[in-house]
Amino acid sequence: MAGTAVLGRLTWQVGEVTGTRTETPRTRSLIVDLPHWPGHRAGQHVDIRLTAEDGYQAVRSYSIASPPEDSQVEVTVERLDDGEVSPYLVDEAQPGDQLEFRGPVGGYFVWDVSRGGPLFLVAGGSGIVPLMSMIRHRQARHSDIPLTLLYSVRAPQDVIYRAELDRLAPDGVTIAYTFTREQPEDWTGFARRIDRDLLREAAPPLNTRPLVYVCGPTPFVETAAGLLVELGYDAGRIYTERFGATGRER
Amino acid sequence: MNDHSLDGNAMAGLLGEIFPFEMTSVRALCAGCGAMEALGRESVYADAPGMVMRCLHCEAILIRAVEGGGRIWIDMRGVACLQVHGE
Ligand SMILES: Cc1cc2nc3c(=O)[nH]c(=O)nc-3n(C[C@H](O)[C@H](O)[C@H](O)COP(=O)(O)OP(=O)(O)OC[C@H]3O[C@@H](n4cnc5c(N)ncnc54)[C@H](O)[C@@H]3O)c2cc1C
Ligand SMILES: [Zn+2]
Repeated sequence: MAGTAVLGRLTWQVGEVTGTRTETPRTRSLIVDLPHWPGHRAGQHVDIRLTAEDGYQAVRSYSIASPPEDSQVEVTVERLDDGEVSPYLVDEAQPGDQLEFRGPVGGYFVWDVSRGGPLFLVAGGSGIVPLMSMIRHRQARHSDIPLTLLYSVRAPQDVIYRAELDRLAPDGVTIAYTFTREQPEDWTGFARRIDRDLLREAAPPLNTRPLVYVCGPTPFVETAAGLLVELGYDAGRIYTERFGATGRER
Repeated sequence: MNDHSLDGNAMAGLLGEIFPFEMTSVRALCAGCGAMEALGRESVYADAPGMVMRCLHCEAILIRAVEGGGRIWIDMRGVACLQVHGE
């Protein structure tokens, strides 16, 4: 860290994969040991660089899923079958492998308990990853800031961190899923893509002035953030992070 | 804004190699329309070789950057002014 700390500039550093965890059929978490990690804030990401034998390099951004309180850094990657980088990270990287990292980066899409709430987190697919860091941070601090999570996925088996989300103490925590393609048999919850009525129902009341974080594929983020502003939520309290055209529509 | 546009967060790592402070919360004055906005909120396109950041309000190009072979080229002519918070 010495070199980077003096200048305050980012450089690439090597991290070693120390563990992996399959989250869903399409996503896997990589636990990484970074000896020169300066610590991070919930919501930040890292850039990961892969170098092929012929020297060709590809750089992609991945949000940090672990909370600032953890010493190891965890990322969760969704496989896009025709993608250049994600299939490697989801299917091939193994404990002991070394990858190059740049980060942590981002200071705009971040939250910590000192920012207060109530918190309204809106996730589309793998957009849950940086929001999970926020949720884990809130738990690690035993915070009672009211938390509402609206999580849109295609089908129940696509929910990342399901077991952990189910274990969150109900006090102060409200979780709503919307399953846009396939629903469990006895499902009575939301079963469509995010729209105005769905947001109106799922969001904390306007007069609580929630702090909103929206993350997911670009069209998802644009729709959700746009509708929230139309519904009267304060645009200055809505933070967004677009993952791009990441794979399948939701 | 199209389906694969990103936002300034996606350019944070690259800018972090050049500037000694966190760049997504730095605000930029657009030379095109005069809007002042946090870089984290601007639109970023990464499909071209390198990355292009465009003004959220008028779509003018703010920053173009390409990295490769241990070098970074950065063109910031669309930014009239940066507002950086001291420590
Ligand atoms: C700040 C940030 C944080 C991110 N965090 C995460 C995260 O935590 N987890 C995660 O899984 N991903 C995350 N992403 C997305 C990630 O960076 C990669 O974009 C993703 O993994 C795909 O990379 P790839 O190399 O596998 O696919 P690529 O080879 O880049 O291809 C991307 C996919 O999009 C399609 N595509 C490419 N260009 C276009 C286009 N112009 N129009 C339509 N479709 C196109 C391709 O066909 C392919 O299916 C994040 C992105 C950003 C910007
Ligand atoms: Zn402008």
